[in-house]
Amino acid sequence: MNVLIIASRELRSLFLSPLAWSILAVVQLLLGYLFLAQVEYFKLLEPRIAALTESPGVTDLVIAPLYGNAGIILLLVTPLLTMRLISEERRSRTLSLLFSAPVSLTEIVLGKYLGTLGLMGLIVLMITLMPLSLTAGTALDWGKLAACVLALSLLLAAFTAVGLYLSTLTNQPVVAAVGGFGALLLLWIIDWGATIGTESGKVLGALSLLRHYETLLKGQVSTSDLAYFLLCALTFLVLSIHQLDNDRLQK
Amino acid sequence: MSYLIEAENLYRFYGDTCAVADLSLTLSKGEILGFLGPNGAGKTTTMQMLCGNLAPSAGQIRINGIDLVDEPKAAKRHLGYLPEVPPLYRELTVDEYLTYCGRLHGLRGQALRSALTTAKARCGLEGVGRRLIGNLSKGFQQRVGIAQAILHSPLVVVLDEPTVGLDPIQIREIRELICDLGREHAVLLSTHILPEVQAVCSRVLIIHKGKLALNASIAELDLRMRASSLIVETRQPLDIDALMRVNSVQTVTQEPGQHYRYQVFFAKGENPAEDIAKLIVERGWGLLELSPVKRTIEQIFVDITQKEQAQ
Repeated sequence: MNVLIIASRELRSLFLSPLAWSILAVVQLLLGYLFLAQVEYFKLLEPRIAALTESPGVTDLVIAPLYGNAGIILLLVTPLLTMRLISEERRSRTLSLLFSAPVSLTEIVLGKYLGTLGLMGLIVLMITLMPLSLTAGTALDWGKLAACVLALSLLLAAFTAVGLYLSTLTNQPVVAAVGGFGALLLLWIIDWGATIGTESGKVLGALSLLRHYETLLKGQVSTSDLAYFLLCALTFLVLSIHQLDNDRLQK
Repeated sequence: MSYLIEAENLYRFYGDTCAVADLSLTLSKGEILGFLGPNGAGKTTTMQMLCGNLAPSAGQIRINGIDLVDEPKAAKRHLGYLPEVPPLYRELTVDEYLTYCGRLHGLRGQALRSALTTAKARCGLEGVGRRLIGNLSKGFQQRVGIAQAILHSPLVVVLDEPTVGLDPIQIREIRELICDLGREHAVLLSTHILPEVQAVCSRVLIIHKGKLALNASIAELDLRMRASSLIVETRQPLDIDALMRVNSVQTVTQEPGQHYRYQVFFAKGENPAEDIAKLIVERGWGLLELSPVKRTIEQIFVDITQKEQAQ
Protein backbone atom coordinates (compact mmCIF):
# COMPACT_ATOMS: atom_id res chain seq x y z
CA MET A 1 0.00 0.00 0.00
CA ASN A 2 2.75 2.44 0.97
CA VAL A 3 4.51 1.42 -2.21
CA LEU A 4 1.54 2.55 -4.29
CA ILE A 5 1.25 5.85 -2.40
CA ILE A 6 4.89 6.66 -3.09
CA ALA A 7 4.63 5.42 -6.68
CA SER A 8 1.61 7.57 -7.47
CA ARG A 9 3.27 10.65 -5.97
CA GLU A 10 6.35 9.95 -8.06
CA LEU A 11 4.36 9.57 -11.26
CA ARG A 12 2.36 12.69 -10.49
CA SER A 13 5.47 14.75 -9.90
CA LEU A 14 6.93 13.49 -13.18
CA PHE A 15 3.92 14.77 -15.06
CA LEU A 16 3.82 18.02 -13.12
CA SER A 17 7.21 18.91 -14.53
CA PRO A 18 7.69 19.39 -18.26
CA LEU A 19 10.27 16.60 -18.21
CA ALA A 20 7.91 13.66 -18.70
CA TRP A 21 5.93 15.44 -21.40
CA SER A 22 8.99 16.51 -23.35
CA ILE A 23 10.48 13.03 -23.14
CA LEU A 24 7.24 11.45 -24.35
CA ALA A 25 7.06 13.94 -27.22
CA VAL A 26 10.67 13.59 -28.31
CA VAL A 27 10.69 9.80 -28.13
CA GLN A 28 7.45 9.61 -30.08
CA LEU A 29 8.66 12.02 -32.72
CA LEU A 30 11.98 10.27 -33.29
CA LEU A 31 10.49 6.79 -33.35
CA GLY A 32 7.64 7.94 -35.57
CA TYR A 33 10.16 9.20 -38.06
CA LEU A 34 12.21 6.00 -37.90
CA PHE A 35 9.03 3.96 -38.20
CA LEU A 36 7.91 5.77 -41.33
CA ALA A 37 11.36 5.43 -42.86
CA GLN A 38 11.23 1.73 -42.15
CA VAL A 39 7.78 1.40 -43.72
CA GLU A 40 9.04 3.19 -46.83
CA TYR A 41 12.05 0.91 -47.00
CA PHE A 42 9.76 -2.09 -46.69
CA LYS A 43 7.58 -0.87 -49.58
CA LEU A 44 10.71 -0.54 -51.71
CA LEU A 45 11.82 -4.03 -50.80
CA GLU A 46 8.42 -5.71 -50.99
CA PRO A 47 8.23 -6.47 -54.76
CA ARG A 48 11.69 -8.00 -54.68
CA ILE A 49 11.21 -10.31 -51.71
CA ALA A 50 7.63 -11.28 -52.51
CA ALA A 51 8.83 -14.12 -54.76
CA LEU A 52 10.97 -15.71 -52.03
CA THR A 53 9.56 -18.54 -50.01
CA GLU A 54 9.74 -17.87 -46.29
CA SER A 55 10.33 -14.23 -47.03
CA PRO A 56 10.55 -11.91 -44.02
CA GLY A 57 7.29 -10.14 -43.41
CA VAL A 58 6.38 -6.67 -42.20
CA THR A 59 6.82 -7.75 -38.58
CA ASP A 60 10.44 -8.69 -39.18
CA LEU A 61 11.35 -5.77 -41.37
CA VAL A 62 9.44 -2.94 -39.72
CA ILE A 63 8.39 -3.82 -36.20
CA ALA A 64 11.51 -5.55 -34.87
CA PRO A 65 13.80 -2.72 -36.07
CA LEU A 66 11.40 -0.20 -34.53
CA TYR A 67 11.75 -1.81 -31.13
CA GLY A 68 15.48 -2.15 -31.63
CA ASN A 69 15.71 1.59 -32.23
CA ALA A 70 13.42 2.26 -29.29
CA GLY A 71 15.86 0.37 -27.07
CA ILE A 72 18.74 2.64 -28.12
CA ILE A 73 16.76 5.86 -27.79
CA LEU A 74 15.45 4.87 -24.38
CA LEU A 75 18.97 3.99 -23.31
CA LEU A 76 19.70 7.67 -23.77
CA VAL A 77 16.47 8.84 -22.19
CA THR A 78 16.07 6.59 -19.13
CA PRO A 79 18.93 8.14 -17.14
CA LEU A 80 17.22 11.52 -17.56
CA LEU A 81 14.04 10.13 -16.07
CA THR A 82 15.66 8.27 -13.22
CA MET A 83 18.37 10.76 -12.29
CA ARG A 84 16.19 12.73 -9.88
CA LEU A 85 14.54 9.82 -8.08
CA ILE A 86 16.65 9.83 -4.95
CA SER A 87 19.33 12.42 -5.61
CA GLU A 88 16.84 15.26 -5.97
CA GLU A 89 15.09 14.30 -2.75
CA ARG A 90 18.39 14.13 -0.98
CA ARG A 91 19.42 17.49 -2.36
CA SER A 92 16.19 19.24 -1.39
CA ARG A 93 16.17 17.35 1.94
CA THR A 94 12.74 15.84 1.38
CA LEU A 95 14.08 12.37 2.00
CA SER A 96 13.65 12.90 5.73
CA LEU A 97 9.89 12.97 5.20
CA LEU A 98 10.06 9.37 4.01
CA PHE A 99 12.65 8.40 6.60
CA SER A 100 10.56 9.60 9.51
CA ALA A 101 7.27 8.19 8.17
CA PRO A 102 6.32 4.61 9.03
CA VAL A 103 7.63 3.34 5.70
CA SER A 104 10.43 0.86 5.16
CA LEU A 105 13.38 1.47 2.87
CA THR A 106 12.20 -1.33 0.60
CA GLU A 107 8.87 0.39 0.21
CA ILE A 108 10.56 3.68 -0.62
CA VAL A 109 12.74 2.09 -3.29
CA LEU A 110 9.93 0.00 -4.75
CA GLY A 111 7.59 2.98 -4.77
CA LYS A 112 10.07 5.10 -6.67
CA TYR A 113 10.75 2.22 -9.04
CA LEU A 114 7.12 1.46 -9.79
CA GLY A 115 6.30 5.14 -10.23
CA THR A 116 8.92 5.43 -12.93
CA LEU A 117 7.85 2.13 -14.47
CA GLY A 118 4.38 3.66 -14.82
CA LEU A 119 5.79 6.25 -17.18
CA MET A 120 7.86 3.60 -18.93
CA GLY A 121 4.70 1.57 -19.46
CA LEU A 122 3.11 4.58 -21.07
CA ILE A 123 6.09 4.98 -23.40
CA VAL A 124 5.85 1.31 -24.43
CA LEU A 125 2.14 1.75 -25.05
CA MET A 126 2.69 4.81 -27.21
CA ILE A 127 5.36 3.04 -29.24
CA THR A 128 3.13 0.00 -29.70
CA LEU A 129 0.46 2.19 -31.27
CA MET A 130 2.70 2.50 -34.34
CA PRO A 131 2.80 -1.17 -35.31
CA LEU A 132 -0.88 -1.42 -34.42
CA SER A 133 -1.62 1.24 -37.01
CA LEU A 134 -0.31 -1.17 -39.64
CA THR A 135 -3.26 -3.50 -39.04
CA ALA A 136 -5.27 -1.10 -41.19
CA GLY A 137 -3.40 -2.33 -44.26
CA THR A 138 -1.85 -5.69 -43.48
CA ALA A 139 -1.83 -8.67 -41.15
CA LEU A 140 0.72 -8.75 -38.30
CA ASP A 141 2.51 -11.62 -36.64
CA TRP A 142 0.94 -11.13 -33.21
CA GLY A 143 3.28 -13.50 -31.44
CA LYS A 144 6.34 -11.63 -32.63
CA LEU A 145 4.78 -8.29 -31.76
CA ALA A 146 4.03 -9.56 -28.27
CA ALA A 147 7.63 -10.72 -27.92
CA CYS A 148 8.84 -7.26 -28.97
CA VAL A 149 6.59 -5.53 -26.43
CA LEU A 150 7.76 -7.92 -23.73
CA ALA A 151 11.38 -7.35 -24.71
CA LEU A 152 11.08 -3.59 -24.51
CA SER A 153 9.20 -3.75 -21.21
CA LEU A 154 11.86 -5.98 -19.65
CA LEU A 155 14.63 -3.82 -21.05
CA LEU A 156 13.07 -0.71 -19.52
CA ALA A 157 12.57 -2.48 -16.20
CA ALA A 158 16.31 -3.21 -16.15
CA PHE A 159 17.23 0.31 -17.34
CA THR A 160 15.10 1.90 -14.64
CA ALA A 161 16.59 -0.21 -11.88
CA VAL A 162 20.12 0.71 -12.99
CA GLY A 163 19.17 4.39 -13.19
CA LEU A 164 17.56 4.26 -9.75
CA TYR A 165 20.66 2.75 -8.23
CA LEU A 166 22.88 5.43 -9.75
CA SER A 167 20.53 8.03 -8.34
CA THR A 168 20.95 6.67 -4.83
CA LEU A 169 24.71 7.10 -5.10
CA THR A 170 24.82 10.88 -5.35
CA ASN A 171 22.94 14.02 -4.45
CA GLN A 172 23.49 15.60 -7.85
CA PRO A 173 20.96 14.56 -10.48
CA VAL A 174 23.33 15.31 -13.34
CA VAL A 175 25.97 13.03 -11.91
CA ALA A 176 23.33 10.32 -11.58
CA ALA A 177 22.35 10.84 -15.23
CA VAL A 178 25.93 10.65 -16.47
CA GLY A 179 26.61 7.59 -14.33
CA GLY A 180 23.40 5.92 -15.42
CA PHE A 181 24.11 6.56 -19.04
CA GLY A 182 27.64 5.21 -18.69
CA ALA A 183 26.49 2.08 -16.88
CA LEU A 184 23.75 1.32 -19.40
CA LEU A 185 25.96 1.91 -22.40
CA LEU A 186 28.65 -0.29 -20.91
CA LEU A 187 26.14 -3.09 -20.38
CA TRP A 188 24.96 -2.55 -23.95
CA ILE A 189 28.39 -2.83 -25.60
CA ILE A 190 30.13 -5.04 -23.09
CA ASP A 191 30.60 -7.91 -25.58
CA TRP A 192 32.15 -5.77 -28.33
CA GLY A 193 35.68 -6.56 -27.35
CA ALA A 194 37.83 -8.86 -29.44
CA THR A 195 37.04 -11.83 -27.26
CA ILE A 196 34.55 -13.62 -29.48
CA GLY A 197 34.77 -17.35 -29.09
CA THR A 198 36.91 -17.26 -25.95
CA GLU A 199 35.74 -18.20 -22.50
CA SER A 200 35.66 -14.61 -21.24
CA GLY A 201 33.81 -13.64 -24.41
CA LYS A 202 31.01 -15.98 -23.41
CA VAL A 203 30.76 -14.43 -19.98
CA LEU A 204 30.74 -10.92 -21.40
CA GLY A 205 28.18 -11.99 -23.98
CA ALA A 206 25.95 -13.32 -21.23
CA LEU A 207 26.19 -9.95 -19.47
CA SER A 208 25.32 -7.94 -22.58
CA LEU A 209 21.95 -6.22 -22.56
CA LEU A 210 21.97 -5.99 -26.33
CA ARG A 211 22.41 -9.69 -26.92
CA HIS A 212 19.51 -10.69 -24.71
CA TYR A 213 17.39 -7.95 -26.16
CA GLU A 214 18.03 -9.04 -29.72
CA THR A 215 17.10 -12.66 -29.16
CA LEU A 216 13.82 -11.54 -27.64
CA LEU A 217 13.16 -9.20 -30.58
CA LYS A 218 13.57 -12.12 -32.95
CA GLY A 219 10.62 -13.69 -31.20
CA GLN A 220 12.61 -16.26 -29.26
CA VAL A 221 11.38 -15.94 -25.71
CA SER A 222 13.74 -18.04 -23.62
CA THR A 223 13.89 -18.40 -19.87
CA SER A 224 17.52 -17.33 -19.75
CA ASP A 225 16.74 -13.96 -21.34
CA LEU A 226 13.75 -13.38 -19.09
CA ALA A 227 15.84 -14.35 -16.07
CA TYR A 228 18.63 -12.02 -17.19
CA PHE A 229 16.42 -8.95 -17.22
CA LEU A 230 14.59 -9.81 -14.03
CA LEU A 231 17.81 -10.57 -12.18
CA CYS A 232 19.37 -7.37 -13.44
CA ALA A 233 16.40 -5.34 -12.15
CA LEU A 234 16.35 -7.20 -8.84
CA THR A 235 20.09 -6.81 -8.28
CA PHE A 236 20.02 -3.07 -8.75
CA LEU A 237 16.92 -2.69 -6.59
CA VAL A 238 18.60 -4.53 -3.74
CA LEU A 239 21.71 -2.42 -4.20
CA SER A 240 19.54 0.72 -4.09
CA ILE A 241 17.94 -0.31 -0.82
CA HIS A 242 21.34 -1.03 0.60
CA GLN A 243 22.68 2.31 -0.57
CA LEU A 244 19.72 4.18 0.89
CA ASP A 245 20.34 2.50 4.22
CA ASN A 246 23.80 4.06 4.13
CA ASP A 247 22.14 7.46 4.36
CA ARG A 248 20.90 6.47 7.76
CA LEU A 249 24.18 4.89 8.82
CA GLN A 250 26.50 7.60 7.42
CA LYS A 251 29.88 6.68 8.70
CA MET B 1 5.16 6.61 34.46
CA SER B 2 6.12 5.62 30.96
CA TYR B 3 8.04 8.03 28.81
CA LEU B 4 7.11 8.93 25.25
CA ILE B 5 10.72 9.38 24.27
CA GLU B 6 13.40 7.50 26.07
CA ALA B 7 16.95 7.76 24.81
CA GLU B 8 19.77 6.05 26.62
CA ASN B 9 23.47 6.72 26.23
CA LEU B 10 23.35 7.87 22.63
CA TYR B 11 26.60 8.17 20.78
CA ARG B 12 27.14 9.32 17.24
CA PHE B 13 30.42 9.44 15.38
CA TYR B 14 31.10 10.89 11.96
CA GLY B 15 34.39 9.27 11.15
CA ASP B 16 36.59 10.25 14.06
CA THR B 17 34.49 13.23 15.05
CA CYS B 18 32.16 12.58 17.90
CA ALA B 19 28.98 14.59 17.34
CA VAL B 20 26.98 13.25 20.27
CA ALA B 21 28.42 11.53 23.33
CA ASP B 22 26.59 9.66 26.05
CA LEU B 23 23.37 11.62 25.75
CA SER B 24 20.33 10.39 27.62
CA LEU B 25 16.98 12.09 27.71
CA THR B 26 13.38 11.38 28.50
CA LEU B 27 10.23 13.15 27.52
CA SER B 28 6.78 12.49 28.88
CA LYS B 29 3.31 13.52 27.87
CA GLY B 30 2.45 17.17 28.36
CA GLU B 31 6.05 18.28 28.35
CA ILE B 32 7.64 20.79 26.03
CA LEU B 33 11.34 20.21 26.06
CA GLY B 34 13.59 22.98 24.79
CA PHE B 35 16.80 21.86 23.24
CA LEU B 36 19.52 24.48 23.37
CA GLY B 37 23.09 24.59 22.27
CA PRO B 38 25.56 26.60 20.24
CA ASN B 39 26.01 25.84 16.55
CA GLY B 40 27.46 22.42 15.99
CA ALA B 41 26.59 21.20 19.47
CA GLY B 42 24.79 18.16 18.11
CA LYS B 43 21.17 19.29 18.35
CA THR B 44 20.19 18.34 14.82
CA THR B 45 22.13 15.10 14.96
CA THR B 46 20.29 14.11 18.13
CA MET B 47 16.92 14.96 16.64
CA GLN B 48 17.70 13.03 13.48
CA MET B 49 18.58 10.03 15.60
CA LEU B 50 15.39 10.32 17.63
CA CYS B 51 13.35 10.39 14.42
CA GLY B 52 15.07 7.46 12.79
CA ASN B 53 16.78 9.50 10.09
CA LEU B 54 20.19 8.64 11.40
CA ALA B 55 21.32 5.49 13.13
CA PRO B 56 23.07 6.09 16.46
CA SER B 57 26.56 4.64 16.74
CA ALA B 58 25.57 3.30 20.15
CA GLY B 59 22.65 3.63 22.51
CA GLN B 60 18.97 2.92 22.54
CA ILE B 61 15.90 4.92 21.59
CA ARG B 62 12.35 4.02 22.53
CA ILE B 63 9.34 5.92 21.27
CA ASN B 64 6.30 5.26 23.42
CA GLY B 65 8.09 2.17 24.68
CA ILE B 66 8.76 0.79 21.20
CA ASP B 67 12.38 0.33 20.20
CA LEU B 68 13.21 2.43 17.14
CA VAL B 69 15.71 -0.09 15.78
CA ASP B 70 13.69 -3.26 16.35
CA GLU B 71 10.34 -1.98 15.12
CA PRO B 72 10.98 1.19 13.17
CA LYS B 73 7.58 1.24 11.49
CA ALA B 74 5.58 0.89 14.70
CA ALA B 75 7.74 3.46 16.49
CA LYS B 76 7.58 6.01 13.69
CA ARG B 77 3.79 5.95 13.75
CA HIS B 78 3.99 8.02 16.92
CA LEU B 79 6.44 10.54 15.51
CA GLY B 80 5.99 13.86 13.79
CA TYR B 81 9.21 15.49 12.67
CA LEU B 82 9.97 18.88 11.22
CA PRO B 83 13.62 18.91 10.13
CA GLU B 84 15.73 22.04 9.86
CA VAL B 85 14.79 22.39 6.22
CA PRO B 86 11.09 21.54 5.83
CA PRO B 87 10.77 18.50 3.55
CA LEU B 88 8.44 20.03 0.97
CA TYR B 89 7.74 19.05 -2.61
CA ARG B 90 7.62 22.40 -4.33
CA GLU B 91 5.65 21.16 -7.31
CA LEU B 92 2.67 20.01 -5.23
CA THR B 93 -0.11 22.14 -3.78
CA VAL B 94 -0.47 22.36 -0.02
CA ASP B 95 -3.50 20.05 -0.07
CA GLU B 96 -1.82 17.48 -2.30
CA TYR B 97 1.28 17.52 -0.16
CA LEU B 98 -0.54 17.12 3.13
CA THR B 99 -2.73 14.38 1.67
CA TYR B 100 0.41 12.52 0.64
CA CYS B 101 1.92 12.90 4.11
CA GLY B 102 -1.31 11.72 5.70
CA ARG B 103 -1.45 8.65 3.48
CA LEU B 104 2.15 7.80 4.32
CA HIS B 105 1.08 7.76 7.94
CA GLY B 106 -1.78 5.44 7.17
CA LEU B 107 -4.67 7.93 7.22
CA ARG B 108 -7.53 7.21 4.82
CA GLY B 109 -10.87 8.62 3.77
CA GLN B 110 -12.77 10.58 6.38
CA ALA B 111 -9.98 10.43 8.95
CA LEU B 112 -7.58 11.91 6.40
CA ARG B 113 -9.95 14.71 5.46
CA SER B 114 -10.63 15.73 9.04
CA ALA B 115 -6.93 15.53 9.94
CA LEU B 116 -6.19 17.78 6.99
CA THR B 117 -8.78 20.34 8.04
CA THR B 118 -7.58 20.36 11.66
CA ALA B 119 -3.90 20.66 10.78
CA LYS B 120 -4.56 23.44 8.29
CA ALA B 121 -6.67 25.33 10.80
CA ARG B 122 -4.05 25.00 13.52
CA CYS B 123 -1.26 26.25 11.28
CA GLY B 124 -3.29 29.00 9.64
CA LEU B 125 -3.20 27.45 6.19
CA GLU B 126 -6.90 27.57 5.33
CA GLY B 127 -6.55 30.08 2.53
CA VAL B 128 -3.59 28.51 0.74
CA GLY B 129 -4.69 24.89 0.31
CA ARG B 130 -4.73 25.07 -3.47
CA ARG B 131 -1.54 27.04 -3.94
CA LEU B 132 1.74 25.53 -5.03
CA ILE B 133 4.18 25.11 -2.16
CA GLY B 134 7.00 26.50 -4.30
CA ASN B 135 5.12 29.80 -4.64
CA LEU B 136 4.50 30.28 -0.92
CA SER B 137 6.58 32.58 1.23
CA LYS B 138 9.15 31.14 3.59
CA GLY B 139 6.89 31.64 6.59
CA PHE B 140 4.04 29.75 4.97
CA GLN B 141 6.38 26.98 3.86
CA GLN B 142 7.51 26.66 7.46
CA ARG B 143 3.87 26.37 8.52
CA VAL B 144 3.25 23.66 5.94
CA GLY B 145 6.25 21.87 7.44
CA ILE B 146 4.73 22.11 10.91
CA ALA B 147 1.32 21.00 9.59
CA GLN B 148 3.03 17.96 8.14
CA ALA B 149 4.54 17.11 11.52
CA ILE B 150 1.28 17.33 13.47
CA LEU B 151 -1.09 16.04 10.78
CA HIS B 152 -1.43 12.50 12.08
CA SER B 153 -1.61 13.78 15.69
CA PRO B 154 1.49 11.88 16.79
CA LEU B 155 2.30 11.41 20.46
CA VAL B 156 5.70 12.96 19.96
CA VAL B 157 6.36 16.07 17.90
CA VAL B 158 9.96 16.95 17.16
CA LEU B 159 10.56 20.42 15.77
CA ASP B 160 13.99 21.54 14.64
CA GLU B 161 14.12 25.33 14.82
CA PRO B 162 10.47 25.87 13.92
CA THR B 163 10.48 29.66 14.10
CA VAL B 164 13.42 30.33 11.81
CA GLY B 165 12.54 32.77 9.05
CA LEU B 166 9.20 33.81 10.47
CA ASP B 167 8.08 37.35 11.21
CA PRO B 168 7.38 38.36 14.84
CA ILE B 169 3.63 37.86 14.51
CA GLN B 170 4.05 34.42 13.00
CA ILE B 171 6.57 33.55 15.70
CA ARG B 172 3.96 34.39 18.31
CA GLU B 173 1.38 32.26 16.53
CA ILE B 174 3.75 29.34 16.24
CA ARG B 175 4.63 29.64 19.93
CA GLU B 176 0.97 29.53 20.81
CA LEU B 177 0.59 26.51 18.58
CA ILE B 178 3.50 24.79 20.31
CA CYS B 179 2.03 25.53 23.76
CA ASP B 180 -1.24 24.16 22.47
CA LEU B 181 0.45 21.01 21.19
CA GLY B 182 2.21 20.57 24.52
CA ARG B 183 -1.10 19.89 26.20
CA GLU B 184 -1.89 16.68 24.33
CA HIS B 185 1.48 15.71 22.88
CA ALA B 186 5.05 15.69 23.96
CA VAL B 187 7.08 18.29 22.10
CA LEU B 188 10.82 18.41 21.59
CA LEU B 189 11.92 21.76 20.28
CA SER B 190 15.35 22.92 19.25
CA THR B 191 16.14 26.56 18.96
CA HIS B 192 18.82 29.08 19.58
CA ILE B 193 16.40 31.85 20.43
CA LEU B 194 16.69 31.83 24.18
CA PRO B 195 13.59 33.84 25.15
CA GLU B 196 11.60 31.36 23.09
CA VAL B 197 12.60 28.64 25.51
CA GLN B 198 11.43 30.70 28.46
CA ALA B 199 8.20 31.47 26.66
CA VAL B 200 7.11 27.96 25.76
CA CYS B 201 9.15 25.20 27.33
CA SER B 202 8.54 23.32 30.53
CA ARG B 203 12.03 21.84 30.60
CA VAL B 204 15.37 22.80 29.12
CA LEU B 205 18.26 20.72 27.90
CA ILE B 206 21.49 22.46 27.09
CA ILE B 207 23.83 20.45 24.98
CA HIS B 208 27.39 21.44 24.37
CA LYS B 209 29.94 19.65 22.19
CA GLY B 210 27.66 16.64 22.01
CA LYS B 211 27.32 16.29 25.75
CA LEU B 212 24.43 17.12 28.00
CA ALA B 213 25.41 20.22 29.96
CA LEU B 214 22.15 20.99 31.72
CA ASN B 215 18.82 19.26 32.18
CA ALA B 216 16.51 21.38 34.27
CA SER B 217 12.86 22.29 34.49
CA ILE B 218 11.89 25.90 33.92
CA ALA B 219 11.14 26.21 37.67
CA GLU B 220 14.65 25.07 38.53
CA LEU B 221 16.03 27.40 35.95
CA ASP B 222 14.06 30.24 37.49
CA LEU B 223 15.69 29.45 40.77
CA ARG B 224 19.08 29.63 39.12
CA MET B 225 18.15 32.91 37.57
CA ARG B 226 16.87 34.38 40.81
CA ALA B 227 19.00 37.19 42.10
CA SER B 228 21.86 36.46 44.42
CA SER B 229 22.93 40.07 44.54
CA LEU B 230 21.46 43.55 44.82
CA ILE B 231 22.55 46.89 43.44
CA VAL B 232 22.31 49.66 46.02
CA GLU B 233 22.87 53.33 45.26
CA THR B 234 22.78 56.01 47.93
CA ARG B 235 23.32 59.75 48.23
CA GLN B 236 25.76 59.36 51.16
CA PRO B 237 28.57 56.80 51.50
CA LEU B 238 27.50 53.56 53.19
CA ASP B 239 28.96 52.05 56.28
CA ILE B 240 29.95 48.74 54.77
CA ASP B 241 30.54 47.05 58.12
CA ALA B 242 27.01 47.88 59.26
CA LEU B 243 25.67 46.48 56.02
CA MET B 244 27.63 43.29 56.48
CA ARG B 245 25.89 42.72 59.75
CA VAL B 246 22.51 42.50 58.04
CA ASN B 247 21.24 38.95 58.06
CA SER B 248 22.42 36.72 55.14
CA VAL B 249 24.59 39.41 53.49
CA GLN B 250 27.90 37.86 52.51
CA THR B 251 29.95 40.51 50.76
CA VAL B 252 29.57 44.11 49.71
CA THR B 253 31.64 45.68 46.95
CA GLN B 254 31.73 49.22 45.73
CA GLU B 255 31.19 49.63 42.03
CA PRO B 256 34.23 51.26 40.50
CA GLY B 257 33.85 54.74 39.01
CA GLN B 258 30.36 55.23 40.37
CA HIS B 259 29.69 57.40 43.39
CA TYR B 260 28.15 55.34 46.21
CA ARG B 261 26.95 52.46 44.11
CA TYR B 262 27.41 49.05 45.72
CA GLN B 263 26.78 45.44 44.86
CA VAL B 264 25.55 43.35 47.78
CA PHE B 265 25.86 39.58 47.58
CA PHE B 266 23.75 37.39 49.81
CA ALA B 267 23.10 33.73 50.50
CA LYS B 268 20.97 31.77 48.03
CA GLY B 269 17.31 31.54 48.87
CA GLU B 270 17.33 34.62 51.13
CA ASN B 271 16.42 38.16 50.31
CA PRO B 272 17.75 40.86 52.60
CA ALA B 273 16.40 43.76 50.49
CA GLU B 274 13.86 44.73 53.09
CA ASP B 275 16.36 44.82 55.94
CA ILE B 276 18.87 46.76 53.87
CA ALA B 277 16.25 49.34 52.92
CA LYS B 278 15.26 49.73 56.58
CA LEU B 279 18.89 50.16 57.63
CA ILE B 280 19.58 52.79 54.98
CA VAL B 281 16.49 54.74 55.86
CA GLU B 282 17.26 54.57 59.61
CA ARG B 283 20.77 55.92 59.11
CA GLY B 284 19.57 58.53 56.65
CA TRP B 285 22.01 57.58 53.84
CA GLY B 286 19.49 58.55 51.17
CA LEU B 287 18.40 55.53 49.20
CA LEU B 288 18.40 56.17 45.46
CA GLU B 289 18.22 52.69 44.04
CA LEU B 290 17.76 49.15 45.26
CA SER B 291 17.41 46.57 42.53
CA PRO B 292 17.97 42.83 42.24
CA VAL B 293 20.47 41.62 39.68
CA LYS B 294 18.82 38.84 37.72
CA ARG B 295 20.71 36.33 35.71
CA THR B 296 19.17 35.78 32.33
CA ILE B 297 18.90 32.45 30.63
CA GLU B 298 21.47 33.83 28.25
CA GLN B 299 23.98 34.18 31.06
CA ILE B 300 23.34 30.66 32.22
CA PHE B 301 23.77 29.47 28.68
CA VAL B 302 26.98 31.43 28.20
CA ASP B 303 28.28 30.29 31.62
CA ILE B 304 27.72 26.65 30.78
CA THR B 305 29.17 26.78 27.31
CA GLN B 306 32.14 28.93 28.34
CA LYS B 307 32.92 26.87 31.37
CA GLU B 308 33.18 23.78 29.26
CA GLN B 309 35.49 25.59 26.90
CA ALA B 310 37.77 26.62 29.74
CA GLN B 311 38.10 23.06 30.92
